[in-house]
Amino acid sequence: MYLCGEILAAMPNVHIVRNGLDLPILGAPEAIVDGHLSASVYAVRPSDFRGLVPKLAVKEGDRVLAGDILFTDKANPQIAIASPVSGEVARIERGDKRKILAVVLLADAQQSYRSVPSGTPANREDAIQWLLSAGAWSLIESRPYGRIANPEAQPKAVFVNGMATEPLAVSPAVALAGREEDFAKGLQVVGLLSPRTVLSIAANETAAALTKASGVEIHQFKGPHPSGTTSVHINRVSPMNKGETVWTLNYQDVVVIGHLARTGNLKLERVVSLCGTGIAKPRAITATAGAQLETFLSSELKSGAYRVISGSVLTGANVGKNGYLGYYASQITAIPEGQGTDFFGWVLPSFAKWSISRTLFSWLTPSKKYDLSTKQHGEDRAFVVTGVYDKVFPFDILPLPLIKAMWSKDLEKMEQLGAYEVVAEDFALCEVVCPSKQELQKLAGEAIDLLYTEMN
Amino acid sequence: MKLFQNLFDATRPAVTTGKLKGLYPLHNALETMFFVPNHNAHSGAHVRDAIDMKRTMITVIFALIPALVFGLFNAGYQHHLAIGQIESGWANFWTLENAIYGAWKVIPMIMVTYIAGLAIEIYFAYRNKHAVNEGFLVSGILIPLIMPVDIPLWMVAISTAFAVLIGKEVFGGTGMNILNPALTARAFAFFAYPTYMSGDKVWAGLTQVDGVSSATALGQYATTGTTDYSAWDAFLGIIPGSIGETSTVAILIGAIYLIATGVGSWKIMFSAVLGALTMGLVFNGVADLMVSPEQQAYLAVPFYYHLVFGGFAFGAVFMATDPVSAAHTERGKWIYGFLVGVFSIMIRVFNPAYPEGVMLAILLMNVFAPLIDHYVVEGNITKRLKRAQTVQA
Repeated sequence: MYLCGEILAAMPNVHIVRNGLDLPILGAPEAIVDGHLSASVYAVRPSDFRGLVPKLAVKEGDRVLAGDILFTDKANPQIAIASPVSGEVARIERGDKRKILAVVLLADAQQSYRSVPSGTPANREDAIQWLLSAGAWSLIESRPYGRIANPEAQPKAVFVNGMATEPLAVSPAVALAGREEDFAKGLQVVGLLSPRTVLSIAANETAAALTKASGVEIHQFKGPHPSGTTSVHINRVSPMNKGETVWTLNYQDVVVIGHLARTGNLKLERVVSLCGTGIAKPRAITATAGAQLETFLSSELKSGAYRVISGSVLTGANVGKNGYLGYYASQITAIPEGQGTDFFGWVLPSFAKWSISRTLFSWLTPSKKYDLSTKQHGEDRAFVVTGVYDKVFPFDILPLPLIKAMWSKDLEKMEQLGAYEVVAEDFALCEVVCPSKQELQKLAGEAIDLLYTEMN
Repeated sequence: MKLFQNLFDATRPAVTTGKLKGLYPLHNALETMFFVPNHNAHSGAHVRDAIDMKRTMITVIFALIPALVFGLFNAGYQHHLAIGQIESGWANFWTLENAIYGAWKVIPMIMVTYIAGLAIEIYFAYRNKHAVNEGFLVSGILIPLIMPVDIPLWMVAISTAFAVLIGKEVFGGTGMNILNPALTARAFAFFAYPTYMSGDKVWAGLTQVDGVSSATALGQYATTGTTDYSAWDAFLGIIPGSIGETSTVAILIGAIYLIATGVGSWKIMFSAVLGALTMGLVFNGVADLMVSPEQQAYLAVPFYYHLVFGGFAFGAVFMATDPVSAAHTERGKWIYGFLVGVFSIMIRVFNPAYPEGVMLAILLMNVFAPLIDHYVVEGNITKRLKRAQTVQA
């Protein structure tokens, strides 16, 4: 096994990720696409777009087509968020200080699209203008900071993530079946955006659409999560240095762009993993961004107290069963909400609990999977234990010193310790294994946002 | 179970809004001890590892149990042996009399340590409005185990108070301290009350008994360059010394448990042993260069003896590995541990005034741990800068 890994590592473009963790969680989806999340109400929430302050382009009662702009970024009006469906703007949900929480849409029964010219653009400038005009620019994220890309930037490379290692995700081979043409076409467009296009795929990938993709530099990754995250891919292939920019996309976003190039219609539809032990029949479905979950889940969700997450258990948002699918989400996860107190739960031995440490017995049964709930298993404490994060953090970055620099808002230290190479989600596994129950994603997200504000 | 829950529910109003507001941290600490609260992940990842600070700390306490139990029997055994009540030998070791004597001496020390330490912890939790941290659960049992059995209880209380206040709370509480709190307590006692912390009376409950003595192996080494105790006895632990430190076997069981559970850093333990052996070997090599015959003899002690005599094993396993005061970076742990080993033996052999070197060595390295970390972190920073420069070039 080890030798095999060494041989793989000696091959060019194969990267072994050793530190990480595949969460032993039950509720994996069956590898078939079966069904569509049909909803009549959709919502687009500005909170899905990191750092974006919305400026509304529509008002209540307006009729929109799929692809029409709902709101733009106040700081950069070029960055526009398109409606995933055609229909009527039912209401604008606002919170404190009239902050816009969601633009809620009533979808038409028959969807109609605001079409842009189909076909592949000729060059980089055309491609950028074409994506902007179609409302598809929001699919392109930029590093550092993990925000929607600035169209004016000159990225050194575009990274297309063709992997899905988040817990309970659908494999790209399943999600790409039948969409190979769109994917290939999308890659052509994406290839225009920078001098270097990197496609990262799993070392054991079988889908020809990925392994035989043309016009891109293919890199293979092997190992536990986060081996499938874009941050790891960038870190191994072409690490971010200060002042550099990289644009990133997920393979499903490439399909959307490919579909746009083929038909002229922005169809924000993805293959979504309907997973977790709260789901009666975990499987893959198709769903359009922003769909309301309530009606659909009423027949899919088991009875009981479940947390419905748009996204994975590591990085998703708790939206509730009457919430909406996130703009970028490719998972709907339902896991049991933790119930009740745990009598002497901190000292009694238990075979039912899972821990990466060997203080419980789960290490004796490494292949056993658990019905993990949202229980925090303890209270927030000061940082005491060291060396735990390192086990699940496969970057050439010292996690604890970086976290402490983020904590003390020491921007210079953050910069020196590699804050440009990570986004908040990269700390998800550290957060899971943290014995002090620190909220690391929130901390990292705020610190990286602060870095952005100071640097721009 | 229901009974306890009802009890906590019934008393909660009094400590949250009522007259006993100051007792809320105590109430909360007790309640969360009985029941892990029903907190659910509310931001970030939605599932969490089942380990928490309480389980981490109790694991260390479990690891200390063999040393504690052995220490109870040994305290009684050494006392009864010194006053001539029993013959030496294992037949007279695991006896009820020894256990009773040991318990009579040690359990009050543990209680005094916990009461003194937790009172201060709870006060600071109240003052700084945070929950009582679990760190002291371990410190509270470590402190008695590194004290001589005959130390007066009030000294234990004052040393503990000093350690918690000056060693920990002034730096910002749990997780912020520079020095290991338990060793701070011992160092305080050692310098404040030297007559109770060394010599040949304090290890076996002999301060009230005239005419008999019971010296530690290191005490004998420091004065004569040799010892009456065999390395085998020292390994098993049937020699005088601080309560928990004598039995290398018992400590080894704890070490194996700590390493197996992953709670204690094997890197620190391993490199500390490596450092001690290295220093011992060097001393063996240069023993002939010494002037006094005692020094020559001490330096020539087989290098591996240093692992079983004195508090080295206990220090390396339970003190040097304290994650807060040790080096925080993985590479730093190797350097830190190695130097703990080197300095332990160096101080032990070259400074007869401090027959026990490991305490000072660990405290010294606690102070240097941030510096070691600094250079490890700088190394990472430099590497990143170099990478950026290569790209620009």
